[in-house]
Amino acid sequence: MSARSGVLAAGRDLALSPALLRWLLPFGSIGAGLLAFGAFVLLIGRDPLEVYATIYEGGFGSAFSWNNTLLRAAPLILAGLAVAIPAQAGLVMIGGEGCLAFGALAAAAVAVPLLPGLGSGALVAGAIAGMAAGSAWFALAGVLRVRRGLNEVISSLLLSYIAIAVFNHLVEGPLRDPASLNKPSTLPLPESAMIGAIPGLDVHWGLAIGLLACGLAQLALSRSTQGFALRVAGGNPRAALLVGLPVGSLVVASCALGGAAAGLAGAIEVMAVHSAASASVLAGYGTTGILVAFMARQQPLAIVPVAVLMGGISAAGSLLQRRLELPDATTLVLQGLLFVAILAGEALMPRGRR
Amino acid sequence: MSADAWFTVMVAVLGGAVRVATPFLFVSLGECITEKSGRINLGLEGTLVFGAMIGYAVSFHSGSAWLGVLAAGLSGVVFGAVHGGLCSLRGVNDTAIGIALIILGLGLAYFFGKAYIQPSAPRLPSIDLGGWATHPALRAALQVNVLFLLGLALALALRWAFVNTRWGLELRTVGDSADAARALGLAVNRTRIQATALGGFFGGVGGAYLSLYYPGSWNEALSSGQGVMAVALVIFARWRPMGCFWAALVFGGAGSIGPALQAVGIQAGYHLWNAAPYVLTLLIMLASSSRSSTSMGAPGELAMTR
Amino acid sequence: MNPSRRSLLRAVGATGLASGAGLPLNASGQAPITVGVIYVGPRDDFGYNQAQAQAAAALKKLPGVKVVEEERVPETIAVQKTMEAMINQDRASLIFATSFGYFDPHMLRMAEKYPKVRFAHGGGMWTEGKHPRNAGSYFGYIDGAQYVSGVVAGHLSRSKRLGFVAAKPIPQVLRNVNAFTLGARSVDPSITTRVIFTGDWSMAVKEAEATNSLVDQGVDVVTCHVDGPKVTIETAEKRGIMTCGYHANQSALAPKGYLTGAEWDWSTPYGMLVDAARTGKPHLNFLRGGLKEGFVRMSPYGPSVSAKAREAGDAARAALTTGDFAIFRGPLRDNRGGTVIPAGTVLEMTHLELEKMNYLVEGVLGSIPG
Repeated sequence: MSARSGVLAAGRDLALSPALLRWLLPFGSIGAGLLAFGAFVLLIGRDPLEVYATIYEGGFGSAFSWNNTLLRAAPLILAGLAVAIPAQAGLVMIGGEGCLAFGALAAAAVAVPLLPGLGSGALVAGAIAGMAAGSAWFALAGVLRVRRGLNEVISSLLLSYIAIAVFNHLVEGPLRDPASLNKPSTLPLPESAMIGAIPGLDVHWGLAIGLLACGLAQLALSRSTQGFALRVAGGNPRAALLVGLPVGSLVVASCALGGAAAGLAGAIEVMAVHSAASASVLAGYGTTGILVAFMARQQPLAIVPVAVLMGGISAAGSLLQRRLELPDATTLVLQGLLFVAILAGEALMPRGRR
Repeated sequence: MSADAWFTVMVAVLGGAVRVATPFLFVSLGECITEKSGRINLGLEGTLVFGAMIGYAVSFHSGSAWLGVLAAGLSGVVFGAVHGGLCSLRGVNDTAIGIALIILGLGLAYFFGKAYIQPSAPRLPSIDLGGWATHPALRAALQVNVLFLLGLALALALRWAFVNTRWGLELRTVGDSADAARALGLAVNRTRIQATALGGFFGGVGGAYLSLYYPGSWNEALSSGQGVMAVALVIFARWRPMGCFWAALVFGGAGSIGPALQAVGIQAGYHLWNAAPYVLTLLIMLASSSRSSTSMGAPGELAMTR
Repeated sequence: MNPSRRSLLRAVGATGLASGAGLPLNASGQAPITVGVIYVGPRDDFGYNQAQAQAAAALKKLPGVKVVEEERVPETIAVQKTMEAMINQDRASLIFATSFGYFDPHMLRMAEKYPKVRFAHGGGMWTEGKHPRNAGSYFGYIDGAQYVSGVVAGHLSRSKRLGFVAAKPIPQVLRNVNAFTLGARSVDPSITTRVIFTGDWSMAVKEAEATNSLVDQGVDVVTCHVDGPKVTIETAEKRGIMTCGYHANQSALAPKGYLTGAEWDWSTPYGMLVDAARTGKPHLNFLRGGLKEGFVRMSPYGPSVSAKAREAGDAARAALTTGDFAIFRGPLRDNRGGTVIPAGTVLEMTHLELEKMNYLVEGVLGSIPG
């Protein structure tokens, strides 16, 4: 009897429907991952219970921890969408960091000069510019795939590295703020003009924008005709072509939307956190977004809890370092074990899902 | 710029090509084997960095750099086997597992590697192919490590083996059509797990080269994404072993253009020069592609999203 | 005003012992304190972060001082949260933000949010009136030490070609390149320095390639300004050329070729800032010091350093320590033929103009890109 049918049998015995099982399994997997991490902690001679308690306290144990977690999760939501949307069309785009860079640069370049004239409207302009820049860059990879058969895994990766090089070149050179000598940056937004915090929370509005984007994406994918068309094109391109769907355009459109999400993430980083575009903006969110999207099985709504989990682990890592003097790498081990466990748990999922 | 300066730049690019290419070569050859069997192991970045760490650590403790290389290879086998085993479970996405294993590999490497940043371990020796040269730059460029030559030998061997051996044929059948393979009585999952483990071995060796030869040091900033890039290079090489060899050389050489030019005083646009390998790879891919050839040469079972 | 590190530690240690446990203030009026130190990279990088960590380790030895550290904190919202966490969770009242990118906007924002907490930044341009008083910056004039390195290198280089592996062309880096070159050219004006910019603070392969390219061009002494000099020093040693270290002492990595090095001694400013915090004195907003004040020091000379070079190095160090010798004085030309410091002008080490340096002096082969 295979493991999966064993689990199903157990579920039946406990009068659990496959649907409920589908819900519970991720938590079971997380539990298994935590146990594996506990074994690792024992191996290095520390107390697992102490470590668990510190992780909880650091990520989810207080209002401060929650703010910390949500703040770290905010950019990951849009970064996850950047991968998940093209994935609906069957593409694996791993170059989100480059779109984020261009988005950040575009926002900085557009919002600052427009500030005197438009006021807060400049922030909207910045966001639009960011989305446009990111969108164009990913769309390029999409076009290369559709028209020249260039595999998007490698092309999006190459384009990302190129984008980062151009970003650095522009930030240190033509777009540099002359006053930013030891930390080359673009002209900054004044503190008062930046995106503020959500009332009641210590987190900027970028979190809400990410949540909104996920909601819209989920709605569009599941309810709209284009969303359906996209999923058909991704699931079975040959059938889609036979049915007469414009597969090429759908692919490029999905890339454009994904790139827009990454570009928006970059724009928000500048307008809510950094006030200007500099090398500090390239913090790897685009790359982390790949993991978030895959963990969430490319489902926009699932991206949110995954991003929060990653934010929580990151926040916990901070406390682990200071409280227990465990190195930063400990959180990487935790993430790795958790995610291997969650992914392996997929194997036990009842059949009949998407 | 003087003729001598130009000569030195070209020689530096040649030397850099050989120096920098070797880890790319090993990782991409390993990934080539894995992908021929129909599976993608994106996790080689983690295998590479962990291999670098364990290679350095074992070399330090045992006094033998080659033992370190072996240890790195074996650790790669473990990572590869884990990847292969997990992916053979139904419904598990190999790209996702690969990314999770990158994180786990990096975490374990950094965690246990902390103790090895300060100490100095025995390094791999080089072979002086340039003893005849009088120009110091040429002589330095021709200081070659055995691993580079081994990598070349491996590429040639794989090219021959994929076509002429039973192992190669079985591997490709499993990778092109799992159904056909099963009809022939081949154990699809076992073949893939073995292929991934073997690929992991070479990924680990590639990592050991980084820490034990060039740059020849262990610290957390050692890799700049070589593992991920090398996986991409396999696509660029169209899953051909000798293609991997040339891809690695082109990539390594292009990465040395920037520093070589700066050494003769050309600094302008240094970030852009650093992007040269990526631009070059993209241009070559564009030039060699056409509307009709979508992923020509790709193993049939290689699906990126499932 | 600036006690030497040793006497400071002695004073604090003695009073610490005298106070006994349990008293809120010791005899010197020093309250117990929790200090937070934040690093952008790993603490053991044989370079920038390690130098700061060594100072943090010295602080830990002081009685009544508790140190919480966090490493690998990126220059993003994460560092703001780390500072807040240190304040809220660990009750830190003095925070050392050691990486340059932490200053604006992250540390400044936190300084405004927590006016009772002191923030000390490594290298930032704290400006009266513009920045809050509970924020401040500390830095060392390590270009003085690089000058001495240059003097030693100048005596020992046979090819008369020096090399410099640099991360980015920012003022702090350019100042080091120039000081190193000026030191060497004070020995022999025909010496030139070739500089290569790798593009970022930690790029192992690029640093190795840069070093190799420099050696290919005939360079026989190399130094660097990157976060972790380990790769550069080891690559140079393998190629058989000489090296001058930076940030921390890397002589263990290059037993044959290591000449000397420019090291930080952050425990001096750290000690001063902690003392001010504990005794309720005002926060030191703009703390700078060089060889004289003990903020920087030279690594011991390596085996290849000749007696003549040692003498010259000691003389240069003495001149910089007594304070009447200025490295940057006119007439000084840049490597494009222009005059950057007119004749008769002397820019003291403390001169703020130097913190905006954007040129390479005559004798440096290379240009500032962009």
